[in-house]
Amino acid sequence: MTDDGERGAPGKGLVQGLAVTLKTMTKPSTTQQYPDVEPELPPRSRGVIALLEENCTVCMLCARECPDWCIYIDSHKEEVVVPGAARARQRNVLDRFDIDFSLCMYCGICIEVCPFDALHWTPEFEYAETDVLDLLHDKNRLGEWMRTVPPPPAHDVLGEPSKEEATAARKAAGPGAATAAKADVRRATPTTADRPPREARSKPEPPEQPQ
Amino acid sequence: MMPLWLDLTIRVVAVVVGFLTLPLIVGQAEHKVMAHMQGRLGPMYAGGYHGWAQLVADGVKFVQKEDIAPRDADRRVFRLAPLVALFPYLLVLLAIPLGPNGLVAQPLDVGLFFVLAVLGVGVLAVLMSAWASANKYSLLGGLRGAAQLLGYELPLVLAAASVAMAAGTLSLPGIVEAWKPWWLLWQAPAAMIFFIAGLAEIRRPPFDMPIADSELVFGYMTEYTGLRFAFFLLAEYVGIVVIAALTTVLFLGGWHGPAADHLGWLWTLVKVFAVSFVIIWFRVTYPRLREDQLQRLCWLILVPLALAQLVLTAAVKIAM
Repeated sequence: MTDDGERGAPGKGLVQGLAVTLKTMTKPSTTQQYPDVEPELPPRSRGVIALLEENCTVCMLCARECPDWCIYIDSHKEEVVVPGAARARQRNVLDRFDIDFSLCMYCGICIEVCPFDALHWTPEFEYAETDVLDLLHDKNRLGEWMRTVPPPPAHDVLGEPSKEEATAARKAAGPGAATAAKADVRRATPTTADRPPREARSKPEPPEQPQ
Repeated sequence: MMPLWLDLTIRVVAVVVGFLTLPLIVGQAEHKVMAHMQGRLGPMYAGGYHGWAQLVADGVKFVQKEDIAPRDADRRVFRLAPLVALFPYLLVLLAIPLGPNGLVAQPLDVGLFFVLAVLGVGVLAVLMSAWASANKYSLLGGLRGAAQLLGYELPLVLAAASVAMAAGTLSLPGIVEAWKPWWLLWQAPAAMIFFIAGLAEIRRPPFDMPIADSELVFGYMTEYTGLRFAFFLLAEYVGIVVIAALTTVLFLGGWHGPAADHLGWLWTLVKVFAVSFVIIWFRVTYPRLREDQLQRLCWLILVPLALAQLVLTAAVKIAM
């Protein structure tokens, strides 16, 4: 009625508006009822960082790479006397491993750089505190998060075989069968089986070792 | 026959119960319908099941709040305004017929005249609250409200006059009695005009220029708190019920429908809720009209259309 009628019949826009709201009403709403219903988080969600203490060698890589220096590590050396060994071994014992989640920006660099898989992402996110100091999680608390670490995602069927797989297959095939073993592994993965090996296209195969 | 006092008590109690429950149902429906039209869920907690008790909880909250009157306010007028806003609607409900065979709280020969006259009191509440608040926003909202209510009164009355002419009576049950299905076509322009002007009369979006929360805080209700504010809100929802009921009675045939003798009251209620749904639907869909657009719609479109409808009604009436 108030439409100028420039775009088609007068009042067309008014009717279209009514149709949009009516259609929206009949569609289910996307609201997540979070405290009542747990959210469905995407895989590899970054909730909190868990520490597997046994794997940590106190190499300090994580603490050094942390962009905002929120990882605090203290350790001491311990002598381990192995019976029958020529001399006592030394190993690092972790005294303190704290992550300050009030500083952490969840970049995940510490987890990326850890050479021994001592740090893991877990999707748990409900650890808000009323005191900011309580966001400093010590190694016990970080260790408790290990229970919530999800299993690693399945291997991408289109991806390269993992290094471990390739090495194991090569070893099983015996010395000098490196290239054949690689091809075996690739044939074992179903979807890449009938495609030419990627390396064959990108770079020439190394010449066969003389038997 | 039951004694007069008992008859009177039953009628008044029934109207008061309707006055208190129907707006709550409409208000809850507005919460949920508006939410789903906007892709939300709306209230989900109060009362347990899908937030059915949200408005009850709101009422409890409003009762607990402090009743503040600004220092510079004209206290008596300020405190009286919410009641003046609410009370006319109660009187209107008295005259609206629910079903056939005298199922109406107070059958009046001049029912339509009475209803329109009482509805006109609403502008007084707006002006009272606006002026007594001693607040710029309130005053601006109130003046906008006065201009709007006075303007839209005209198409409202003209559209109602058309149907009164068609029925040949001013009595609301009489109009429903005389109603025929083909009136839906004959009186369609009048129905549209009455509905739109009614929306403006109860200051519902898209005609909520006097409230205009994005520019005037909350218009003439800015300074109100607690129970008095709740009265204004209640008045808005009763207003929806009243406008929906009047549209139903005047233009949609009131209790007419299959098995009208037994289920007439149900037909009236169904139609009232359907029209209320459309009112909520309009609120969600349309943006607010600017003040000049609002007046233009009234004076340049609705009033001439209403006059044309009067001519049409008269012509058909004479020809028949």
